[in-house]
Amino acid sequence: MTNSPRHFSTLARWLHWTMAVLILAMLFIGVGMVATVSHAHETLIALHRPLGVALLVLALIRAGVRLKNGSPALPSEIPAIQQFAARASHLVLYALFIAMPLIGWAMLSAGGYPITLFNAWHLPAIVPQNVDLFALLRALHTWLAFALFATILAHIAAALFHGLIRRDGVFSSMARGQR
Amino acid sequence: MTNSKSRASRCIPCRFASIGVAALTLAGGIAYTAGWLTPSRLTAYRIIDQFQTNAGTHPGYRRNHAKGLCVEGYFDSNGNAASLSRAQVFALGRTPIIGRFAIPGSNPSAPDASVPIRSMALLFMQRDGQQWRTGMNSTPLFPVHTPEQFYQQLLAAKPDPQTGKPDPAKMKAFYAANPETRPFQEWVKTHPASSGLENSAYYSINAFRFIDATGREHAVRWSVEPETAYAPVDPREKSDPDFLSKQLDEQFKHGSVRWHLVVTVANASDPTNDATLQWPADRQRIDAGTVVLERSTPQADGVCRDVNFDPTVLPDGIKPSDDPLLAARSAAYAVSYQRRTREEALHAAPATPKSEQNAS
Repeated sequence: MTNSPRHFSTLARWLHWTMAVLILAMLFIGVGMVATVSHAHETLIALHRPLGVALLVLALIRAGVRLKNGSPALPSEIPAIQQFAARASHLVLYALFIAMPLIGWAMLSAGGYPITLFNAWHLPAIVPQNVDLFALLRALHTWLAFALFATILAHIAAALFHGLIRRDGVFSSMARGQR
Repeated sequence: MTNSKSRASRCIPCRFASIGVAALTLAGGIAYTAGWLTPSRLTAYRIIDQFQTNAGTHPGYRRNHAKGLCVEGYFDSNGNAASLSRAQVFALGRTPIIGRFAIPGSNPSAPDASVPIRSMALLFMQRDGQQWRTGMNSTPLFPVHTPEQFYQQLLAAKPDPQTGKPDPAKMKAFYAANPETRPFQEWVKTHPASSGLENSAYYSINAFRFIDATGREHAVRWSVEPETAYAPVDPREKSDPDFLSKQLDEQFKHGSVRWHLVVTVANASDPTNDATLQWPADRQRIDAGTVVLERSTPQADGVCRDVNFDPTVLPDGIKPSDDPLLAARSAAYAVSYQRRTREEALHAAPATPKSEQNAS
C-alpha cells in the first residue's frame, strides 16, 4: 500500500476492453439498423436490445469497481486542466454507458413496443406509454449516442497520445497489468 | 533501444498522423454505416423523404396510409392454428385487439374513393405481454418485389408540378421496366373495391414463418376475411370523401363486425420472398378464429394513433420470412413514427382535418 498501483486491475481491464468492443459495435449497429432497408435491419434490431441490456449490466458492475478501487493516479506532470478533462470525460462516459440503455428501454416502453430480448423472453415497460415522452427519448437516444461516440473518439485520441507521444504509462495502465 | 527510440522520436508527426487516422477511420465508418457517404444507397430515411416530397408533410400523420380510423375488439382463437404456431394468440381463447383502418397515401384528408385499396392493421395484445402487429392490405399482392423497386415507384409517382398529378408517361415507363407489377395491376382490375371497410378481406401481403411447439417452421400468409358479403361501392356514396368511416361507424351502432383469420400454409415450392406472387389457390387454409371489432374512434384521439403497426413486431411463434420488403417496411415505419411523434410532441395533437371532424 506504500506505492499506489500504476495499472488497472485485471477485472477493470477486462470490463474496459469487453465494453470497448461491445459499445463500438452497438454504435455501428444502432446507426446501421435505423438506416438500412436490407435484411440486416432485422438482425441488427434483434442484436441491439439484448446487447444494450448486457452493456447496462456491465456498466453498473464497472461503475461499482471504479468507485471501490479508483484509478491509478495520472503522472503528476500532467497539467491540472488535463487532469480535470480526463476525470470529466470518464464521468461523461460512465453516465452515458448507464443512460443509453435505460433511455432505449424507456423509449420502447413509452412507444408501447414490446421489449423482446430472445424469443419469448422480454422485459417489462419502465415508463408508461406516452407519445410525448417517446418523442423526447427517441431524440435523446440519437443525440446522446453521437455524444458518446464523440467522447469515445476523444478518449481514444487521448489514450493514443499518452501511448504514442507522451509514453508516460497512462496507456499501459489499461493496456496491460503490472510486470 | 536508444537507436529505435531516437528513430521513433524522429517521427512524432507520423505518430500524430496515426492518431488522426484512427479517429477518422472510426468517424468515417459511422458516417458510411449511416449512409451519409453514399447518397445513392437506399435508406429508410430516403423512402420517407420521398413520401414527403411527393405529397408534402402533414405534421403528426403517418407518412403513408395517413387517413384512417381506430378500432378496438378482440380475437377469439379456436385453437386450429396452434399446431402451426406456438404463439399464445393461437391457443384456444380470447386476445384483445387494437386496430386501424386506412387508405393508402400520405394525404390525411384524401377522399375515400380516390384509391381502390384499403388497409387494416391489427395489434394483438397477448396476455404474456408479447404482441403481434400486422399491417394488411385489401390486395393479396404487392405491386413490387424489392425496396429498391418500391422507391423507384415512388420516384415515378412524384407529382408533376404542372398538373399536381403523377406524370402518366413516367408511371408507364416504370411499369414497363418492372413487369413484376403486372399481377397486382391485373388483380386490382378484376377485383373492384368493396362498398365498405367491413365487407373487405385484408391480406398479410408478405409471407411469414410460424414456429410450432417443436420448433418446426411453416411458411404462411394470413388473411382476415369478412363475414359480411361483398358488395360493390355504391355510386351515390362515392362523392362523400369519408363514406368508409361513416359506414363503419353506422355498422357499429348495430353491433360488432366479424372477420375470420385464415392462415394459408405454403408448399415447399412456394416462394416466400416475393410479395408480387400469389400461391396456388389449393393451398391448405386454416380458419384460426374470429376477429371481432366492436367500436371505432377517430384517429386523432383513438388508441391506434400512437401505435406503429410494424409488421416485424411478432410474438414468439411467428417470424419474418425472407421477403425483402419486410425489413424495409419495419425500417421505414420507424422513421415515419419517429417524425410524426416528434411533430405531435412539439405541436400538440395533429390538426384534425375538416372532413374527419365531420365524421366523428
